[in-house]
Amino acid sequence: MEICKPAVAGTLESSDLMVTVEPGTAGIELSLTSSVMNQYGRQIKKTVLETLDRLEVKDAKVTVVDKGALDCTIKARVECAVLRSCDKSDKNIDWGGVIR
Amino acid sequence: MIPRPKPERFRLRRTMIFMSSQKPGLIKDAYIYGVDSIMLDLEDAVAENQKDAARFSLYHALKTIDYGDTEVIVRINGLDTPHWQEDIRVCVAGGADGIRIAKCESAQDVKTVEEHVLAAEREFGVEEGRTLLMAALESPKGILNAYEICAASDRMFGVAISGGDFRKCMQTKFTPDGVDMMVARGQMLIAARAAGVQCFDTVFTNLNDEEGYRAEVMQNKAMGFDGKSLINPKQIRLVHELFAPTEKEITQAEKIVRAYREQSAAGVGVFTVDGKMIDIAFIPGAERTLKLARACGLYEGDLV
Amino acid sequence: MKNAVGRDIPDYLLVNGKEVYQGKNYMDGKYIQKASPRTRRYEKPQESKIVATIADALRQCGCKDGCTFSFHHHLRNGDYVANMVVKAAVEELGVKDITVAATSLGSAHDVIADYIEQGIVVGVQTSGIRGRIGDVVSAGKLKTPAIIRSHGGRPRAIEAGEVHIDIAVVAAPTSDCMGNCRGIGGKHNCGSLGYAMTDAKYADHVIVVTDDLVDFPNYPASVEAIDVDAVVVVDCIGDPKKIASAAARISQNPRDLMMAENVAKVIAATPYFKEGFSFQTGVGGPSLAANLFLEKYMDERGIKMGWAIGGICGPMVELLKKGKVGKVIDVQDFDLESVNSINQTPNHFEMSASQYANPANKGAFVNKLDFVVLAALEIDTGFNVNVLTGSDGILRGAPGGHPDTAAGSKCCIIVTPLTRGRMATVCEHVVTVTTPGDCVDVLVTDYGVAVNPLRPDLIECLDKAGIPHVTIEELKEKAYSLVGRPDDLEWEDKVVAVLEARDGTILDVVRKIKPYTVDQE
Repeated sequence: MEICKPAVAGTLESSDLMVTVEPGTAGIELSLTSSVMNQYGRQIKKTVLETLDRLEVKDAKVTVVDKGALDCTIKARVECAVLRSCDKSDKNIDWGGVIR
Repeated sequence: MIPRPKPERFRLRRTMIFMSSQKPGLIKDAYIYGVDSIMLDLEDAVAENQKDAARFSLYHALKTIDYGDTEVIVRINGLDTPHWQEDIRVCVAGGADGIRIAKCESAQDVKTVEEHVLAAEREFGVEEGRTLLMAALESPKGILNAYEICAASDRMFGVAISGGDFRKCMQTKFTPDGVDMMVARGQMLIAARAAGVQCFDTVFTNLNDEEGYRAEVMQNKAMGFDGKSLINPKQIRLVHELFAPTEKEITQAEKIVRAYREQSAAGVGVFTVDGKMIDIAFIPGAERTLKLARACGLYEGDLV
Repeated sequence: MKNAVGRDIPDYLLVNGKEVYQGKNYMDGKYIQKASPRTRRYEKPQESKIVATIADALRQCGCKDGCTFSFHHHLRNGDYVANMVVKAAVEELGVKDITVAATSLGSAHDVIADYIEQGIVVGVQTSGIRGRIGDVVSAGKLKTPAIIRSHGGRPRAIEAGEVHIDIAVVAAPTSDCMGNCRGIGGKHNCGSLGYAMTDAKYADHVIVVTDDLVDFPNYPASVEAIDVDAVVVVDCIGDPKKIASAAARISQNPRDLMMAENVAKVIAATPYFKEGFSFQTGVGGPSLAANLFLEKYMDERGIKMGWAIGGICGPMVELLKKGKVGKVIDVQDFDLESVNSINQTPNHFEMSASQYANPANKGAFVNKLDFVVLAALEIDTGFNVNVLTGSDGILRGAPGGHPDTAAGSKCCIIVTPLTRGRMATVCEHVVTVTTPGDCVDVLVTDYGVAVNPLRPDLIECLDKAGIPHVTIEELKEKAYSLVGRPDDLEWEDKVVAVLEARDGTILDVVRKIKPYTVDQE
């Protein structure tokens, strides 16, 4: 999936995260901050990158500000931001396919 | 991935708590309070421009979180919105136990949702007929059509009234004695019983009014509701307390069921228990009391 | 060298008779030589001890490089005095190499954090370390490791001479011109001055700082004029909004209430729950709410609480006023209701930190406690509790009276949600052991109750009462299944804080954390 325009999903509330995606040209440029960085930074990074990979995002600037979200929330926010950037977030979602 | 057993159409549903699907902190473990059903909300609790985001959260919550024995229902957006079709797809794909149809006004509304549910079950390879339905009656038209709504589908397990919207339509406001909704509640109850489905009362929104809340729950019980919709976990306890059968009711029910089984084995149809005449018509009620008592942890016998 | 809770303590810390933690009551029966201060005689009658400025008072008390100050934390996050004094010493007297020995430090003390960064404050000894001070100490900016002690461990260390106080500063809501201090009757009241008492007795010099000078004698005094060198009157000792909240309200959070109810159930299931039982609770949401449910059980059984101790707040004062508690003895007050009650309501008394919790005296109040209900940042499968460091390894907590009450009481109940956000509260190994597992008896979480296998008697009580319980391992697994198993923290060798057990042995050390950054690997 190509990131067509900047898009955001999520909030900065506790147990949530805010994901911003922007068009890029140099692969995935990830910026990550988290309130649980020392314990979960690696896992958050892995989940974000795996989700982007599943959505076949090759080039993007991705900014994640995490407030202690669970993995299921991280996936949901990344997916929503990416699909929003292509205007494909509100119908005919491939539940159980690319979204899983 | 948490596999969930096939939902039971008729189970204990004393309490049903609303949780916004858009709030990850809330939905992750609402079941710890011992509520019977969780109502994950895609409708009013989610802002218009976050409907898409809420579905992604909902999907992953359904797929990831172990809700145990707690039933998981999703309230979808009304049929007059652009959201409900995708709402149905995500509910079915995620494996929700049931769907609550908001602002339901006719049997046709139920049938429309049912068609889309069936299509989604086929699309996502979910067992056909697995996803249950319930309807929220929020308008005078919904109340007038309560019976046809209740009887519209084999998937229907119950109806609930939604006080906020209903009072708006009726140009009334909340009254402590419930007179503002007395007729609507009554009509809905009669329709539900006639159609053989369950019936749930609306939420009580003033969390600080403990007396008012208690009075309403007692009235709910007296009117014959199966349960109540809730907005805060701290409301759960009182419903479970007041809806539980009393010790006297349990003992009486036990006597009736036991005597009936003995007498009918001996070929006797009518008999007396504590001086009261009992026949087969009393049995379902007595058995329901014992089942409810068991669910409330008050009965450990083997009659039900 | 590994200690009794499995923590590796560097050998270089084990000098001058320091030992590693050996288990509960290891020092029982041993003798200590109490240290005595070197104090100045004021034989010639004085009209008043008032001096114009803090700097003058410091000069009078011989403040010099390498000086150790003591402060109490009764003004909590509203305290202005510690900052004023350290600032005067540094800016006006040019003093260096300062050690701050406070009963607790927090967000009110950012100025001291600055002096740590500048290398002017070189030592910190405290029972609590929060806010920016926690951050700078964690970052290794303090020259010597901070020493963290419990509220009972601190008076023990002072009496044993392990910390020698050159100047004790007593922030006092009221004082007379000779230095008789009280925590009430003034503009910015804090109630009990219990934490200042031992400090004032054992310091070489004592300076009282007040904003409400009252007629002599200010009696009965919490800190007595016979120990005071100088009195300084300032405009304001603290921010009243942050000294004591209007009223510590019982939490309405349903999770807290659910846990609190289970705490009360556990208490009511033990044999110690009988007429005249003794009780302490923390002021965290679920701990405080336990009061509410406990009252129900007391009424049901027709029994009363004999006495309560601790940090006190409104709900306990209410019970006292209703006649459901015999006596309340109080080392600290948390809200205006308790501040206004101490030494006013009959049977509401003040006590010193040593009377409260010191393990090396002849029997502190904690030793007579039946129940204590406490919170935790983390608790591990060995029931060891951490209330000092966050799961990220940063200092942001306070042992306070936690280890003392846990060790002294017959039944110590920890109450905490299983997870906080993505942090697993119940975990495999706590970051820092502040209260050893052999002092902790029951854990109550929102996902279930676990009893320490060291207490089969309590397990039997719960079974008899039909209270379901699981193993702590099951709770840990549940927590990890929710939030994922955290990565191990990575540490540098440098020790930034030494955590003393209440008996003075070394329970744990906190090292400098290596933060994870996304560009790593």
